[in-house]
Amino acid sequence: MSAIRLAISMIAALLLLAAAAPSMAQTDPLQALVRALPKGGYGDREKVILELAATGDARVAKVLDALGRGDLYAVKDSAAVVTATGRGSTMDTADPLSGETLGKMDKGALDRIRVNNRLRRAIDSAVGQLTLMGGSPAMRLAAARSMLKTADPDSIEVLDKAIAAESDTAARIAMEEARAAAVLKSAAPLADKVAAVDTLVARGDREALALLTGARGDASAELLPAIGAGIATIEDRLAFWSAMQNVWYGLSLGSVLLLAAIGLAITFGVMGVINMAHGEIVMLGAYTTFAVQEVIRNSFPGLFDYSLAIALPLAFLVTGAAGIAIERGIIRWLYGRPLETLLATWGLSLILQQAVRTIFGPNNREVGNPSWMSGAFELWGLSITWNRLWIVVFALIVFAVLLAVLNRTPLGLQMRAVTQNRRMASSMGIRTPWVDALTFGLGSGIAGIAGVALSQIDNVSPNLGQSYIIDSFMVVVFGGVGNLWGTLVGALTLGVANKFLEPYAGAVLGKILILVFIILFIQRRPRGLFALKGRAVDA
Amino acid sequence: MTLNLTRRATLAAALTGAMALSLGPVRAADDTIKVGVLHSLSGTMAISETTLKDTMLFLIEEQNKKGGLLGKKLEAVVVDPASDWPLFAEKARELVSVNKVAAVFGCWTSVSRKSVLPVFEELNSILFYPVQYEGEESQRNVFYTGAAPNQQAIPAVDYLMNEEGVERWVLAGTDYVYPRTTNKILEQYLKDKGVAAEDIMINYTPFGHSDWQTIVSDIKAFGSAGKKTAVVSTINGDANVPFYKELGNQGISATDIPVVAFSVGEEELAGIDTGPLVGHLAAWNYFQSVDTPENQAFIDKWRAFTGNDKRVTNDPMEAHVIGFNLWVQAVEKAGTTDTDAVLEAIVGLETPNLTGGIAKMLPNHHVTKPVLIGEIQDDGQFDVVWETEGTVPGDAWSDFLPESKMIEADWTAPINCGNYNTETKACGGGS
Repeated sequence: MSAIRLAISMIAALLLLAAAAPSMAQTDPLQALVRALPKGGYGDREKVILELAATGDARVAKVLDALGRGDLYAVKDSAAVVTATGRGSTMDTADPLSGETLGKMDKGALDRIRVNNRLRRAIDSAVGQLTLMGGSPAMRLAAARSMLKTADPDSIEVLDKAIAAESDTAARIAMEEARAAAVLKSAAPLADKVAAVDTLVARGDREALALLTGARGDASAELLPAIGAGIATIEDRLAFWSAMQNVWYGLSLGSVLLLAAIGLAITFGVMGVINMAHGEIVMLGAYTTFAVQEVIRNSFPGLFDYSLAIALPLAFLVTGAAGIAIERGIIRWLYGRPLETLLATWGLSLILQQAVRTIFGPNNREVGNPSWMSGAFELWGLSITWNRLWIVVFALIVFAVLLAVLNRTPLGLQMRAVTQNRRMASSMGIRTPWVDALTFGLGSGIAGIAGVALSQIDNVSPNLGQSYIIDSFMVVVFGGVGNLWGTLVGALTLGVANKFLEPYAGAVLGKILILVFIILFIQRRPRGLFALKGRAVDA
Repeated sequence: MTLNLTRRATLAAALTGAMALSLGPVRAADDTIKVGVLHSLSGTMAISETTLKDTMLFLIEEQNKKGGLLGKKLEAVVVDPASDWPLFAEKARELVSVNKVAAVFGCWTSVSRKSVLPVFEELNSILFYPVQYEGEESQRNVFYTGAAPNQQAIPAVDYLMNEEGVERWVLAGTDYVYPRTTNKILEQYLKDKGVAAEDIMINYTPFGHSDWQTIVSDIKAFGSAGKKTAVVSTINGDANVPFYKELGNQGISATDIPVVAFSVGEEELAGIDTGPLVGHLAAWNYFQSVDTPENQAFIDKWRAFTGNDKRVTNDPMEAHVIGFNLWVQAVEKAGTTDTDAVLEAIVGLETPNLTGGIAKMLPNHHVTKPVLIGEIQDDGQFDVVWETEGTVPGDAWSDFLPESKMIEADWTAPINCGNYNTETKACGGGS
């Protein structure tokens, strides 16, 4: 009996201890603040974040970082706050301040502390202030950049200290700019503010413009001319670079058009087959990429960055084979009957679409960007995204290779011979049906590798092909049927023209204007930009 | 002679066959109640509508497990209008007059709904329309179980204005009726709230637009005027993926310029790497991530039905659940599937929605819904960051447009009108 009583009292004592532990920990002011995080709405949470940041404690950065990532949880039946990671029904938990592991907990017992964009901004700037003095140069640079966005006058002191201690040039410049932004908002004397305006003008990008425009609203009369001049300087510079940027966008759109059209330049341009299923061949190439990535994701995750390199030859083979099958099965019976070819290939395009829809489902499929195709970089005043840059490069390579195949290889020679004079080529011993099949296969294969590239910027869905078929025909007809150079120039011209119209006319009207222009152009020059001359034309 | 006889025999056989075929549905109609499912299974819209067809099959199977309706089994009649708007009207006519369905659940785009309206009016049948839409409509034979603009667009803008302090607005949409009408309402609403005209940028793009470079850099430029900027996106399904990819690549994160979308749900996100999109928003009346017992039960049953434990749920699916349950209740109350009796019975009925509230059928044929704002997470789900207190009644005619301010829809006696002008006290006020 007494043994049981003893056991009960011991358990009670243990429970008391356990209950006392958190209350002891609560004497730590940081702990109390962290425990206040789950309470109230976003406004209350923001106040707590600011208070946490104001403590200047190094442990705060870790807590806030976890909060920003959504890893911070409130334990439902106690006041404790923990970091929890891992998927599934149980999660690994740890104390947010000490980092000490607390073992596994059931997901149902945890409540995620929600953050929204406003809180993320507050967290970024708070973490920025805390990591400004420590961490790697890259971290300090990132911290300074996030402080530039918030431009909080209270951070001037911290920044001054950080600038004095900074050894990395890029980070120091960023800090000085962040300081200038903060000074503009503070009650600093006029001279300091004018200097701050100069610092921002030297930065000279959109962000600087935004800060200056924002500061203009509540600037004193003495400061206004300096800000006005600064804004004018930046705007002039930006106007030039935005024109350059437009050219780049145009080239990039042109390269997409070129990729989409270049296979058609072979099948339609060289062979004269109106292939309405061209877009679906492009789609097949994109789905090949998806299939390759799916295999890589499931079996060889380490190879993901090489997925496109693996997909390229596969897509060429798959779509090339499909092309040969289409030529042998359908098109060869219809040479010289353009209307029937048009109808047959259009029907084929519907069949291919529905087949893909049945096999892969009607939804978009996720094709990931390898790391070297994500993000952007700044080149002078231009912002260039990696995926677009690689697509421009890729389009030009494909063009060069195709040109070499047509002009430098026996197959290319035979192709040209057959299209220029079929009967004569046949008399010379060229197996014309075989050349036809290979030509169509080549055109389709090229369309397939275009699909690999397009999967990086567009939806991979059964409708992928439809959005490119009109554009492809437009480019080939505009450039001149039967001429690869015409396709190149046509694609780039249309791309750039489209991008210059878009800001003024809008995307919808811009496209219409381009179509009207092509209609008028074809009336003047029915054979396109680069017309083939000589007897071959009428053959 | 033999030949002749065989020929006659064949003819007779064919005739009997034809009669048996035509009799088939009629006989079946006696012991089952037919429900029409009018969703595109091929063509552009198949991407969104196929799921809704599956949802209807699922709901009908569930109802049959409970013993059917009025002692009869329910039977789904599925047709494929193939994303072809005129074909929607033909297929609707086929469902109602040939298959004799009691009610039709279907359509996605506004243009497909507009194309079937006259059919349902003429044949006096019932359509349940499950998608958020632009409003400015109320028809006697149609029940709008998706959101009206005041149940999605307006609360989303309020959230951005009040919680995120947004002062500058980009209204970006695909160029068709839903975005144009919604943006017209939003523009008026923002101006009423004191937003200056130069702080609103409106941009339209064609269907399936894929080159977003210029527009995203325009948005970037528009957002660098020193005021907090947000994008309100009515961009249609397919064009969203390249749009978000371009935003991510040009380095616009949700903390700089948040995008709130009205047409991006769990289903659309299934095709995107959502890593760079974390923090962008969507406004709906339902999210898969909403943590209620009803929702969990629904998701579990749905996954068991589809045999796919990764299958996502979305807002229009919930709308079909609500619409179907209300219809079942109305038929039970009326004791018949007769259109007029059901129309009479359904107004005022209530059913629990999946987010812990009550959906009530209003006299204007819209339902009450909660409005949820969710942030995109890295797992393709939404995390609710804000929701309305209680539910919001759907308003057919926007109170923010001068031309529809005085129009109300009320399908109960004595008004019985879809566009009743409260000023002139006459029916037929709206367009």
